[in-house]
Amino acid sequence: MTTALVEARGLTVRIPTRAGTVHAVSDIDLRLDAGHVHALVGESGCGKSIIAATLCGLLPATATATGTVTLSDGDAVPTELVGTRENQWRRLRGRRIALVPQSAATFLTPVRTVGDQLTETLRHLRSRHTVTSLLIRVGLPDAVAALYPHQLSGGMAQRAAIAFALAGDPAVIVADEPTSNLDPQLTSHVLDLLDDCAHTGAAVLLITHDLAALPTHADRLSVMHSGRIVETGSTTAVLDDPGHPYTRALLAALPEHGLSPPPEMPPELTSLPHYRVTHANCPVSLLSGAPTSLDYRGGRVIRRLIGAPR
Amino acid sequence: MSLRAHNITVGHTPGYSLLTDIDLTIPAGSVVGLTGPSGSGKTTLARVLAGLHLPSAGAVTVDGEPLTPPSRLRGRRQRSIAMLFPSPRQATSPRWTLERIIAEPLAVTGTPADQRARTVHTTALRVGLTADLLQRQPHQVSDGQLQRACLARALIQRPRYLICDEMTAMLDPATTAALVHVLIEEADAALGILAVSHDHQLLHAWADTVIDLPELVPRADSRSRCEYPASPALPAQSTHWR
Repeated sequence: MTTALVEARGLTVRIPTRAGTVHAVSDIDLRLDAGHVHALVGESGCGKSIIAATLCGLLPATATATGTVTLSDGDAVPTELVGTRENQWRRLRGRRIALVPQSAATFLTPVRTVGDQLTETLRHLRSRHTVTSLLIRVGLPDAVAALYPHQLSGGMAQRAAIAFALAGDPAVIVADEPTSNLDPQLTSHVLDLLDDCAHTGAAVLLITHDLAALPTHADRLSVMHSGRIVETGSTTAVLDDPGHPYTRALLAALPEHGLSPPPEMPPELTSLPHYRVTHANCPVSLLSGAPTSLDYRGGRVIRRLIGAPR
Repeated sequence: MSLRAHNITVGHTPGYSLLTDIDLTIPAGSVVGLTGPSGSGKTTLARVLAGLHLPSAGAVTVDGEPLTPPSRLRGRRQRSIAMLFPSPRQATSPRWTLERIIAEPLAVTGTPADQRARTVHTTALRVGLTADLLQRQPHQVSDGQLQRACLARALIQRPRYLICDEMTAMLDPATTAALVHVLIEEADAALGILAVSHDHQLLHAWADTVIDLPELVPRADSRSRCEYPASPALPAQSTHWR
């Protein structure tokens, strides 16, 4: 039995904007286990990055999150992440939960060298690591410490970002599209690094667009659509036998499966009509057309119409 | 009718050419895929074709007429070539709304505001952006939504040729398929497209012809070939350290 490091239950995030409230994430159940890589896929704009931001305490200040996200590593008292104040986040972020950002090169301060910024990070986290040991761990030459962010290629910057994330020995690593913009060799190198993190006991949430890399790099897979999880299961089970129509649509969009565009446009998530908001299980998507609920069967979870035959 | 590169020699540092004597033709109404290893000059060639990078030798012609330098481009000719970049975040103003970003080419050419808004909304719908997203700023949308806005900005100028530099690198398969289908329809309506990508499967499903950039380099010139990284695991070091 693996231990759940992070367990989200009914996580819902609403973000007010000028145009109305954005229903960014609705009723998410997600469980990250120690030593496992859990992948999260779905169309751009479906709320994947908002989940990452919630897990790292980086939601916009105006956003409201409800539901529970429990972090329980080791013997420490489980910590509730929803509603955590910023001063508590400072003890969690980087130490127990770390983020590998999407465009690493723009995440670093452009006017300071990588080594300088990494040294500062290590000092703040009171880390036992050194700049050299972290760079070696992510496969970068020592000389990278003397370089400025603009001197790094995309792949080097992405590996440097993983070095920053590992500085505090976090129990949970959230990687938000760490391989977009990298070519296939660099992609597998970065994903191997995340696998290594999982092998040393971390729980990794891998948000990605790269479905081809999933069978070798992810143990479990959740598919998201318009702010909701439509399907969760072991990676091979979900990819070989997709249970939800949206998962099938996503797979059919791959070039090797015919490049068919999904049957509907990503739906509007702003200022939804009243009935869609109050019914917790009501789908936003036209794909299902009526209220749905998550159907748990063993390790497999599929969103189904309420009352539909299995 | 084609966008053509004639004997292009181009580099980033004086005295060293990344590409030598390259010929490339993008016929109107067709999709030409361009692939090649990291650092082989795909983006540089794409920028030359878009008029964003001046070659040290050779010329680019649009439907037989020479491409004038960007600073002097005016009027109709300005709108004949559009370009999509790999990172939409670096290609949009973080302080503008998506609506203003998409409308920029119309604003530049002096289209009246009411007509502008209508065109923006129809173009946005065509690339799959819902109306609520148009009032947001780039930090309030995802990369895929922002790339859809960039595609709308490119199409709204009604270009005759479109250069897509790793347009789908940051996108999920569903968004990729949706945008590629919009572009296939545009190609059927006579738009010439250069699709630069290292996703071979995507290019084979999308492009009419696929060109491997190293094969375009004339045989006699092996120098730039030797510049390609020997180790595939670390191509970045030889190409991106400046």
